[in-house]
Amino acid sequence: MDDVLKLLKQNARMSFGEMAVLLGKEESEVAKTVEKLEKDGVIKGYQAIVNYEKLPHIPVFALIECKVMPKAEYGFQEIADRVMALDEVESVYLMAGNYDLAVFVKGNTMQEVANFVAKRLSTLDSILSTSTRFVLQRYKQDGVIIDEKEVRDPRNMVL
Amino acid sequence: MEPKVIFNHHLKNVKPSVVGKFLEIANEYKEIISLSVGEPDFQTPWHIRQAGIEALEQGKTFYSPVRGLLALRQEISDYMHKRFDVLYQPKTEILVTVGSSEAIEMAYRTLLNPGDEVLIVQPSYLVYEPMVYMAGAVPIIIETFEKDGFRLKPEQLREKITSKTRLLILPYPCNPTGAIMEKEDLEAIAEVIRETDMLVLSDEIYAELNYSDISHVSIASIEGMRQRTIVTSGFSKAFAMTGWRIGYACAPEEIILAMTKYHQYAIMCAPTVSQFAAIEALKNGAGDILAMRNEYNMRRRYIVDRLLKMGLSCYEPKGAFYVFPNISSTGLSSEDFCERLLKQKQVAVIPGNAFGQCGEGFIRISYSFSLKHIIEATNRMEEFIQELSQG
Repeated sequence: MDDVLKLLKQNARMSFGEMAVLLGKEESEVAKTVEKLEKDGVIKGYQAIVNYEKLPHIPVFALIECKVMPKAEYGFQEIADRVMALDEVESVYLMAGNYDLAVFVKGNTMQEVANFVAKRLSTLDSILSTSTRFVLQRYKQDGVIIDEKEVRDPRNMVL
Repeated sequence: MEPKVIFNHHLKNVKPSVVGKFLEIANEYKEIISLSVGEPDFQTPWHIRQAGIEALEQGKTFYSPVRGLLALRQEISDYMHKRFDVLYQPKTEILVTVGSSEAIEMAYRTLLNPGDEVLIVQPSYLVYEPMVYMAGAVPIIIETFEKDGFRLKPEQLREKITSKTRLLILPYPCNPTGAIMEKEDLEAIAEVIRETDMLVLSDEIYAELNYSDISHVSIASIEGMRQRTIVTSGFSKAFAMTGWRIGYACAPEEIILAMTKYHQYAIMCAPTVSQFAAIEALKNGAGDILAMRNEYNMRRRYIVDRLLKMGLSCYEPKGAFYVFPNISSTGLSSEDFCERLLKQKQVAVIPGNAFGQCGEGFIRISYSFSLKHIIEATNRMEEFIQELSQG
């Protein structure tokens, strides 16, 4: 199962047949493993890793660090539910450290993100404060180096 | 008076390597995809490099004892015992060398006299034969075949033994064929060897790269063989440490003593910093071996699958990181095949005859390259084979 997951993490478009060859398994066995991973919710989906720099219009990404007042009984879950329901929000994590929620946001312009923070995020009851950090450059994303340079094989032919 | 350069007369028996000639052609092309290299594509695992860095920081830059650091010999002893069930005394039965190449050379230099015969199993690493000439001895080739899985058969061995036979070079897991010898195979040849007074040099440098269900068996662990076997190995292949130049020989005390004598005068000692890194490799590197082996194994399966789909006959390799497909169905010689593949598709593989005459009709493909690289190279090979069959 780990083998299959590892291959899919490297290339989600790899066919069952190809995985079967690499792992020395039957194609049907690989198919069954993937099905189980999907059914059990281990695999939540398959997405393209996009290099936004190559798009005609480059979107703006920001990390918003939020300090939150947890609610009795619900803790952070209630505010997390509300934040993650917002379309602009790409990811939400509860953090250990100086702030509580890390909210990753995508917008068309800086102004759009600023408006989102001012009008939608910071106005939520339990949000005590926000601190917005704009992404300047993405070097590596989801384990993939965005602008990978061809590295010459350093090995010499000896014998 | 003009100086006169007279070369060692043994050198004239040494033919230039087919690989050298081939490399000259390869160098003419810029965008080559190579599947020809014989060393791991992985960098040395970080914790091992760190041990080397620490040794440098602490100024451990002096000669080591001639035989190698005792702590390293102790680790090698433990490793050989645990992994291959054969016990060598760290103080007297292990010599740390500059790569396993030096261990092989030291064995030749100390065990061979002019006229002695050395049995060499081929196809095999192309260093064994010329170095026998250099030692003034006579190489006697034993050819192994695809139909036998490139294993050495006892009757083949018996046929070649004469009163002059001193040494058998046993190269398993084998570069270039990827063949291994399982316990029964080794027992069968050990039976022949025990009837003679000859010795065995078992080159076990690829011992950790074995993809069969059972792990590598050293011939030294077979009954009655330890006393007549020199095991040579090293860190290059298992731990991706080629550039560190660190290997070793394990053998009975009197042989190690003689090899040490030669080593002391010729080499002094193996690089000290590398020895500290090697200690770390043996102490904490088992997981690295496993991870690298898994990766090689995937590539091995992929490449064999592709070759079979191209219609080539291909023995399924069980060890090392090479595939040795039979290309005789194309009607080309090994060298023609490689040269045309290089010129037409810019893919470099090594002609099988580089590893002995019986390697004619085969090519060696190395899979110590990323899967992405292997996919591209095999795609081009497939096109090449298709174009060949279309004339």
